[in-house]
Amino acid sequence: MSPNLLALLPELLLALTGVLIMLAEPLIAPGRTRKPLGWLAILGTLASGIAVLYQLHLVNASGPITAFYSTIQIDAFSIFFHLLIASIVLVTLLASLDYFQNPITHAGEYFALVLFGATGMMFMTSSVELLMVFIGLEISSISTYILAGFRKGRATASESALKYFLLGSFATAFFLYGIALCFGATGSTSIAAIAAGLAITKTPLLGWLAVAMVLIGLGFKVSAAPFHVWTPDVYQGAPAPVVGLMSTAPKAAAFAVLLRFLFNATPIYRSHWILLIAILAVASMTIGNLGALLQRDVKRLLAYSSIAHAGYMLVAFTAAQHEAVSTICFYTAAYAAMNVGAFLVLTQLSGFDEKLRTIDDFTGLALKRPGLSALLGFFLLSLIGIPFTGGFFGKFYVFSAAVHSGYTWLAIVGLANSGIACFYYLRLLTALYSRPLTDTIADTPSTGRITFPVALALTATAAATLCLGILPNRILHLTQRATPTSTIAQSVSAPTATIAQR
Amino acid sequence: MEIALFIIFGLLAVAGALNLLFQRHPINSALSLVVVMMSLAVLYWSLGAEFLAAAQVIVYAGAIMVLFVFVVMLLNAGEEDRTHGSRIAYIAGIPGAAAIFCLLSFVFLSERSHLGSTQIGGYLTSAVSNISEVSHALFTSLLLPFEVTSILILVAILGAVVLARKEL
Repeated sequence: MSPNLLALLPELLLALTGVLIMLAEPLIAPGRTRKPLGWLAILGTLASGIAVLYQLHLVNASGPITAFYSTIQIDAFSIFFHLLIASIVLVTLLASLDYFQNPITHAGEYFALVLFGATGMMFMTSSVELLMVFIGLEISSISTYILAGFRKGRATASESALKYFLLGSFATAFFLYGIALCFGATGSTSIAAIAAGLAITKTPLLGWLAVAMVLIGLGFKVSAAPFHVWTPDVYQGAPAPVVGLMSTAPKAAAFAVLLRFLFNATPIYRSHWILLIAILAVASMTIGNLGALLQRDVKRLLAYSSIAHAGYMLVAFTAAQHEAVSTICFYTAAYAAMNVGAFLVLTQLSGFDEKLRTIDDFTGLALKRPGLSALLGFFLLSLIGIPFTGGFFGKFYVFSAAVHSGYTWLAIVGLANSGIACFYYLRLLTALYSRPLTDTIADTPSTGRITFPVALALTATAAATLCLGILPNRILHLTQRATPTSTIAQSVSAPTATIAQR
Repeated sequence: MEIALFIIFGLLAVAGALNLLFQRHPINSALSLVVVMMSLAVLYWSLGAEFLAAAQVIVYAGAIMVLFVFVVMLLNAGEEDRTHGSRIAYIAGIPGAAAIFCLLSFVFLSERSHLGSTQIGGYLTSAVSNISEVSHALFTSLLLPFEVTSILILVAILGAVVLARKEL
């Protein structure tokens, strides 16, 4: 097989399945269930995951694969994020099969959009050319804008989609302007060529402005603090399984881009951007945790918690490259497991109509749904960072990375914030296990059926959270392998675009 | 001559953009956007990017703006009510925009000596064809982004269908 085809195999499989779903959708009579299309999407994601494993085998045997004039580079780093994205999408699809109870006519498009979004995220993590990153970012963003508004006819859903779209486009403009300035300073948009160009550029100020602009654009995508305002409103209005997806997979992809860009393209400005990253991290942790304290709505609470977790991940950028990459890989995996899990439980508890909203609505839920409440409690404990959960080791590695690089004060701020975070997670947890039952819960049917796919998805997320907490070393060794090859990007001579260089 | 052209159309673009914001009737705003697009096309052309100028006229001013105007007329959108907007937009938005403008001007002016100068209109007589260089980049080093854009457009179409379709 040609290397070009081989390098794009997972993305191709996902996009093809998406197109197949679009073609098959009109063949199913209106009013019939769209579940077969969901199973098709699951098959496509599985096939794509197997393709990623095949790539891993090839990379282990003969080193990184580059394709399409060095726009795509498949190495251990991109394979890790490919696998992570494929798993998140798989779990989300399993949980969404029964999400649309009434045969809603656009359930078929839902599955196609999830797959296309995953294609975009995969492109983001495997490309070493900023224009390609931009296209991938746009594909993933546009599909999440639409997915956010999927509960049509509800005011919060429209608000969520429109707000996300407008603010997201604004942030993308910053990212694009950053790429343009990079081109202005170095004459290329390829990461390897930018690194080489910035070393000899005569316009360092322009290059520095480009880094700041890119940081703003990606800061929005990971919902880091001054750029976080959209998060609570969007998460509140979007369907719960979609929130689980979009709070983890696009963020993981954006962090992958940030890692590649900051460490491989702009290592020269490290002393400068480390300051910006530290400001973003402190702001995200503080605003996220203090904001969450004030929330009554559970989805808004988890939105603020996701801002805080983005802050913890940013702390790891202060470390040296290999430590930062392995720490962030570990943290994104742990955060994906526990956050997707938490939103899956919310999906099961409150359903399409989302009857249970505020913390008070959840009072006494453990009496009615003991199993699901226990799972939610477990995920909340992991989000706090209690030992024997993935969240604990994620935080542990992040803060020790900051201490190793001499940013002890940042680790202390993070630890103080983890203390604050206990309050709001525990408030929800105690509400679950206290009497009396609220009227809303008493009214809902107690035997909410948990179907096989949902049970599978819940088990997978809970097992992943537990595994990351009990056997962190094995997974950390795997993530550490992701680092060395990601620096190869610098040695590959990338062709530079020569327009406007006359 | 060329510098006069550049200044005239640069000012026209800014004036069109301001008019777009201050007009209360959607159709007037859409038509001011046409002015902005056309002025930008002239600016591109005078800087030697004749392919970009042609694409700007054909795609933006031609196709997209016609669609805009059609939709505005189909919806029969009347005059907007003038709201005062949110206060935070005035407190944070205007100084923020001004700050970004100042920052960019400062960076470009301070790097002026290294960025070099361009001779407006000078490229039109140069032997190297702009179009051949653009197409060369598009079909070699930037082939993949060019192809993957099709998925981007597909997602956008799918989204428009999903959000606009009536529930049965």
